[in-house]
Amino acid sequence: MGELMIGLYVFVLAALAGREVITKVPPTLHTPLMSGANAISGIAIVGAIVVAGRADGTTQTVLGVAAITMATINVIGGFMVTDRMLSMFRKR
Amino acid sequence: MNVDLLVELTYLLSAILFVVGLRRLQSPATARGGNALASFAMLLAIVATLVDTDILGWTGILVGVAIGGTIGGVAARKVEMTSMPEMVGVFNAFGGGASALVAVAEFLNLPSVGLSTAGVSMLLGTVIGGVTFSGSFIAFAKLKGTLTGNPITFPGQNATNGLLAVGTLALGAMILGVFGGQDPTTLFYAFCGISLLLGILLVIPIGGADMPVVISLLNSYSGLAASAAGFAIGNMVLIISGALVGASGLILTQLMCKGMNRSLANVVFGGFGGTAGIDRAQIGQRPVMRADAEAVAAELGYVNSVVVVPGYGLAVAQAQHELRKVGDLLEARGVDVKYAIHPVAGRMPGHMNVLLAEADVSYDKLYDLDEINDDFSKTDAVLIVGANDVVNPASRDPKSVIAGMPILDVDRARRVIVMKRSLSPGFAGIDNDLFYADNTLMFFGDAKDSMGDLVREVRELA
Repeated sequence: MGELMIGLYVFVLAALAGREVITKVPPTLHTPLMSGANAISGIAIVGAIVVAGRADGTTQTVLGVAAITMATINVIGGFMVTDRMLSMFRKR
Repeated sequence: MNVDLLVELTYLLSAILFVVGLRRLQSPATARGGNALASFAMLLAIVATLVDTDILGWTGILVGVAIGGTIGGVAARKVEMTSMPEMVGVFNAFGGGASALVAVAEFLNLPSVGLSTAGVSMLLGTVIGGVTFSGSFIAFAKLKGTLTGNPITFPGQNATNGLLAVGTLALGAMILGVFGGQDPTTLFYAFCGISLLLGILLVIPIGGADMPVVISLLNSYSGLAASAAGFAIGNMVLIISGALVGASGLILTQLMCKGMNRSLANVVFGGFGGTAGIDRAQIGQRPVMRADAEAVAAELGYVNSVVVVPGYGLAVAQAQHELRKVGDLLEARGVDVKYAIHPVAGRMPGHMNVLLAEADVSYDKLYDLDEINDDFSKTDAVLIVGANDVVNPASRDPKSVIAGMPILDVDRARRVIVMKRSLSPGFAGIDNDLFYADNTLMFFGDAKDSMGDLVREVRELA
């Protein structure tokens, strides 16, 4: 089985797993769900590290640093703001 | 054990923890731990990558992390809960932008990659990430009010977008050498430009109150862009995480569309709302019953049950803390107070819930539409704060523009009090018969001032 097919299987199964898990998130947590999921999409930081790490020319360096900066904003900001929101959901 | 295997197993663990973390968002009690778990999973993935990659230049990485970490950290601490939709919009933009840049860098590294999995995924990552980046910034500007919240339309808009979409496909095929070989680098820059333009054009015709759909959709795109980048560089954890985010955004998109009884195509291509062709001169010309804070306090303070319906007006006026004080005072008087939240109240999914949580309203008092709609006929008084279309009984009229939209059946309560600045129509641009009903009292004013007056008057009740 080729690399592409393995990737597609992984993609489809992960999307189905995500669907099962996320359908059960109550509406009251939809904003934290969105910002938390958004932080997870900052996983692009993994790709950004690869790009920035191997950079030798100017273009590649600029692209790599820009990608790392954006992905880090996404990851740090996303997880922190989600935590801040969730800390406010209290039962009295 | 060799390092490659260890790295792969760490990625696997990280993917599992993302799923488990998201699963814990199923209850407010476990959600915070779930978010912590997901951030730990991210850290694992980053460490695995740092170990796995032959890094030539640490400087760039450290500079990027320092700048990004500072900006993200400060923004996350400072942002007001009322501005959460803008914040999520910007974060979406950066997520999509990062994925697009990874795809771009990967392409420039191997420009003659040709028609292959890697080539197609690089282009997909570029276009989806690019659309997410520019589209999210437009959504941000609309939410912030820098750009008008009304749909921006021009003749032939959908045709232009269609042409651009076809152009993107054709350009993509040329870059991958389908029509014979040439140096694709220049074409690729054009491809990047068109992607950004497409993002702008796709979001400008969408009106302010449709933002919950747009934000959810862009959220989904940011995930798909990460997956595409994962296919491009052959990294499973990117593919998995991106698929999870893509699924999450898509589910929210569907829920938001259902909350308005409109199809996704209608939201994206409809140019709905704002200056829709409706005779505005007729709106607000009928007599209403007015009430002041003292009268409203009496209506709320001597009954058994009150349901509060918050809308976007609450967020605009930042009146959530005063609202909670009113709720507390009523509860102290023995009134049963609940909060009914429409799926598309506010500017993003769950916007109202976050505001009320910030004001320290207990989350078990927040009810969604399905949970509470049957209770309105048994409710003594409903207090509507800055909401309009989501309580408009016109949705039961098959000829109305909002026909079939699920609404909160507030008109079935014994008494309805509407706190609003004026009789001006909501986003749908139509009048609301609820305001003129026999059991409705209009309490005009800015939600924050009115709510402050109400706090005083409820305190003075015997």
